[in-house]
Amino acid sequence: MLDFSNAHLGRLFLPKLIDLARKATDQLGRPLVLMEVCGTHTVAISRSGLRSLLADHMELRSGPGCPVCVSDQSDIDRIIALARLPGVIMATFGDMVRVPGTGSSLEKERALGARVEVCYSPREALSLACNSPDKEIIFLGVGFETTMPAIALTIAEAERQGLNNFTVLSIHKRVPPAMKVLLDDPELRIDGLILPGHVCTITGRKVFDFISSKYRIPAVIAGFEPADIMQAIYLLLEQIARGEARTTIGYTRLVHENGNEKARMIIDEFFEPVDAPWRGFGPIPGSGMALRAIRRQFDAARKFPVEIPPSSPPEGCACGQVLRGKCKPGDCPLFGEACTPSAPVGPCMVSSEGACAAYYRYE
Amino acid sequence: MCLGIPGKVIEINTKEQWAIIDCMGVKNKVYTPLVTEQIAPGDFLMAHAGYAIGKIDVEEAEETLKLLEEISRNA
Repeated sequence: MLDFSNAHLGRLFLPKLIDLARKATDQLGRPLVLMEVCGTHTVAISRSGLRSLLADHMELRSGPGCPVCVSDQSDIDRIIALARLPGVIMATFGDMVRVPGTGSSLEKERALGARVEVCYSPREALSLACNSPDKEIIFLGVGFETTMPAIALTIAEAERQGLNNFTVLSIHKRVPPAMKVLLDDPELRIDGLILPGHVCTITGRKVFDFISSKYRIPAVIAGFEPADIMQAIYLLLEQIARGEARTTIGYTRLVHENGNEKARMIIDEFFEPVDAPWRGFGPIPGSGMALRAIRRQFDAARKFPVEIPPSSPPEGCACGQVLRGKCKPGDCPLFGEACTPSAPVGPCMVSSEGACAAYYRYE
Repeated sequence: MCLGIPGKVIEINTKEQWAIIDCMGVKNKVYTPLVTEQIAPGDFLMAHAGYAIGKIDVEEAEETLKLLEEISRNA
């Protein structure tokens, strides 16, 4: 494959990026702030060193980009309550295991005897269901538009195989409604947005047009290699220097104007938008995705109603503020002291794609 | 969570809708019903959570790199 992490190209390109940053800063008359809203970008920007290399010229701030991190405390508590049910095997992407709920986590429940299995693909959870007919397999449907089609197709396969011991707890989130809430915040001032390349592979470009047309903020859909991110920043700076605001595609090798229409049809067949709570944001209308009523036999929320006590986010934790772009991980009083990747307090320090974990490791 | 794994197609099963992709020497089985374009050995797919979410357009990739190199060279 072509080399998008070529260090030589990076070294040649960086001075051009900095030249352009000066022009854009002059045009704005104040320091530049660009925001990434995808956890995979957060990690890529930190790990490649771009955040610190460019720190004198612009701030690259992290937003609400990690689905694990934005999951509300009440959802984490519901997951833990489900894992405690007898006969249940909780199957999940790895990042959810250590997220602290109010008083416990899946990791702690596992130590106490609950069965928690980490899967790379939801299809692995389906194999678990086939091989353990006497158990109930609950798969944690966590993720943005990128992940929803894979989970929908896995449910379709469970339906085809006639499995009656496989369900999904859908706490999926849609990115566009959260972007609106983020940008409606009068306290947040950002000059450009780096948009999530794999979410947009599914959604297409158009659904994000409102960022530039309504909010007058330039936005570029970016890939995940260092060259992709430098290109996206360059394209944003060009717009800022010219005083323009458009939503464009930098990640042209994968993202199309209309996205993946088949994937969206499949999502729509299985899920419907519902209001959902986000950590740091509260409830956002139409931002969640629940299983449609005709698929109720695969809906863990309907099959296993559990009572959960009132949830409260960890005391002193600034994850909510970090996710809204209102503070940087290092501004949290717990960061690096009471909260570290080995003893995390909030989800942004747990998830491999959380802003706090990425800043702790790389910045 | 939106991490994608790009890989080169080395085997295809059109009936069962999966492909084996090679990502830097690691072979992965990915399901392909989300890709509507034709898939042939040698094509590149982007995989996420066990499913291919799209086919990578190699010509576009070359274009992007060419553009970045041009910008780098310009005085």
